[in-house]
Amino acid sequence: MNNPVSDTVERRKRRTLFLLMGLAIGMFAFGFAMVPLYNLLCQVTGVQSVEQRAMIGTNAPLAAATAVTDRWVTVKFDTTIHPDLPWRLEPMQRKLRVRPGESYLVKFIAENRSGQEITGQAIPSVAPWQATGFFAKLECFCFNQQTLAGNEIAEMPLRFSVSPDLPADINSLTLSYSVMRVSDRS
Amino acid sequence: MSTATIDLAHDHDHEHHGPPKGLKRWLFSTNHKDIGSMYLIFALTMLFAGGVSAMAIRLELFLPGLQLLDPDLYNNLVTNHALIMIFGAVMPAAAGLANWMIPLMIGAPDMALPRLNNLSFWILPAAATMLILSFIVPFFPGGGTQINTGWTIYPPLSVQVGMSMDFLIFALHMLGISSVLASINIIVTIFNMRAPDMKLTQMPIFVWTWLVTAFLLILVIPVLAGGVTMLLFDRHFGTSFFNAAGGGDPVLFQHLFWFFGHPEVYILILPSLGVLASVVPTFSRKPLFGYSSLVGAMIAIMIIGMVVWAHHQYTIGMSLGAVSYFMIGTIIISIPVGLMIFNYMATMWRGAMTFETPMLFAVGILLMFSFGGLTGIMLAVVPADMQYHDSMFVVAHFHYVLMPGAIFGLFAGVFYWLPKWTGHMYDEKLAKIFFWVNVISFNVTFFPQHFIGLAGMPRRIVDYHVMFTEFNVLSSIGAMVFGLSHLLFLYIIIKTVRGGKQAENKVWEGAKGLEWELSSPPPFHSWTTPPKLAAS
Repeated sequence: MNNPVSDTVERRKRRTLFLLMGLAIGMFAFGFAMVPLYNLLCQVTGVQSVEQRAMIGTNAPLAAATAVTDRWVTVKFDTTIHPDLPWRLEPMQRKLRVRPGESYLVKFIAENRSGQEITGQAIPSVAPWQATGFFAKLECFCFNQQTLAGNEIAEMPLRFSVSPDLPADINSLTLSYSVMRVSDRS
Repeated sequence: MSTATIDLAHDHDHEHHGPPKGLKRWLFSTNHKDIGSMYLIFALTMLFAGGVSAMAIRLELFLPGLQLLDPDLYNNLVTNHALIMIFGAVMPAAAGLANWMIPLMIGAPDMALPRLNNLSFWILPAAATMLILSFIVPFFPGGGTQINTGWTIYPPLSVQVGMSMDFLIFALHMLGISSVLASINIIVTIFNMRAPDMKLTQMPIFVWTWLVTAFLLILVIPVLAGGVTMLLFDRHFGTSFFNAAGGGDPVLFQHLFWFFGHPEVYILILPSLGVLASVVPTFSRKPLFGYSSLVGAMIAIMIIGMVVWAHHQYTIGMSLGAVSYFMIGTIIISIPVGLMIFNYMATMWRGAMTFETPMLFAVGILLMFSFGGLTGIMLAVVPADMQYHDSMFVVAHFHYVLMPGAIFGLFAGVFYWLPKWTGHMYDEKLAKIFFWVNVISFNVTFFPQHFIGLAGMPRRIVDYHVMFTEFNVLSSIGAMVFGLSHLLFLYIIIKTVRGGKQAENKVWEGAKGLEWELSSPPPFHSWTTPPKLAAS
């Protein structure tokens, strides 16, 4: 059994073994490398990451003088509160008929239903997604984290406008906020 | 030096004593045949466990409304059924075939790393226990909520599930380690242990399919392991990989999951398609048509299969460019897969065909797997998929792909090689009854699901609209027959193991390959001297 032939076989086996183990470990690392790479890829290919989605609208130009008068768009508001967060967030109007190009103000009522100070963050999204680029938030409580003292009730403003370039087949869109807890549960 | 010689001599003697007796033979086994048998028995056990959960699901769906299961338990069963079938039944069964057949087919005395082989098998029962615990734990006080996420365990829901999710994550880690180790072993064996004059291009196609499968496993399983590790960190260590409140992105998990999940489909079906490459020529009494195109096709499947994962996620709101890319890539895969199907059909063309049970399964695969492939192309088309997404149509599609594509192929392989393994012929009459009952009830179960899916019945939901009742009743009746038919399979296996007509060395008249040159059953240690290949 101790002849040179099986020695080389043993060595070749070990080499293949180590190469393959390296490959497996490398792929495990690749999984983690996907975290930054994914964001990069999203930016390059134009798929929107969360940060980009939060920015949408802040840079969109306000099409001021070109308000359209022959078209109405219905904007609906919707909120989802994460179960971890003992808050209430309601829009004062559930829906609004708007003229594209004009700016509107909608107030939301936020209430902290616990006794402790809690920080939360609202994450907006627009449905249908094709309308996302045409919905400009000029002023939004979702731009920053919001802190509410225990049992505090606050008004949170949103000023927005819908671009006149909104595709003609979209005459209704929904702005949806998911509100997440930022501060640790104590 | 002299002691070493004595040890060697002792080992040498030992080889001729046959297998060690009792439990030790199995616990400490380094023999590829014993480990292969253990893999197959384990897979069969898990097939029944997964089958019971599937039958519970179909019983609940027999009529609209809630009868047996509450919604959380229903979703827990759906999760459990998928994971047990994929990781417990199909992958170990394919690994069992690999363990048994690869050394016999390439003329190797054993797997290259026998102790690693033992380890990769014995991780499985531990992992399966974890997996089953993840199902059971919520029923105990303080056990937390049930896993109601489905096998895809998408966050944010999977972050909120109770501790059963932790059991599941560790079960996935262990199952992953087991299959990566087994794959490493298979590749090392294929590269270094072939009979001296066997080139890579002379290996049987079954060995080729496993070589490709093993590479796929090594490339994608660690990515899943990474993904569920991040999930574990998000759950317990305050990280925010997938938590939107902390700047993470839940969709990232979907990408990591499907980067594994889509190649996993090919991992499941390729070994079974490899079995066909042995079965079809044998019973057509013709050489395999297009060897090199088969090899090329499966390498193409491997490469393209790794870069089209996001067709499972068309509805997440990707840009038009991204979905177009994934759509075109997905449709392109049908070309190499279709090529493999046509190769097998061309092998049958004008052959002197007979229809023993393995061949019946082979023909069944070609018909029904192709059908599943066609519905797959429907699902690959983005605008159509927006309608079909998460409907029962998807359920019908992937069961048509995975039942014939993976499990019927394993049945074909088991019937084809069972006489070689046991030395006894199986009961051909019973086996044919099993085939017909199995195939007909399979179609009764899943064919109606195409229609109710297209009509709008969603998947993974415990209740449904009364308009879907008739087809669901039909589907459930089919599922009961289908599930119970596997008891016949178990009976045939046990009967064959216990006795039967002595099988010849070359069990099938038209069979070709090194494995048929050994006795039936093969000696405990086979090919201790490498075989010479017949000049080809």
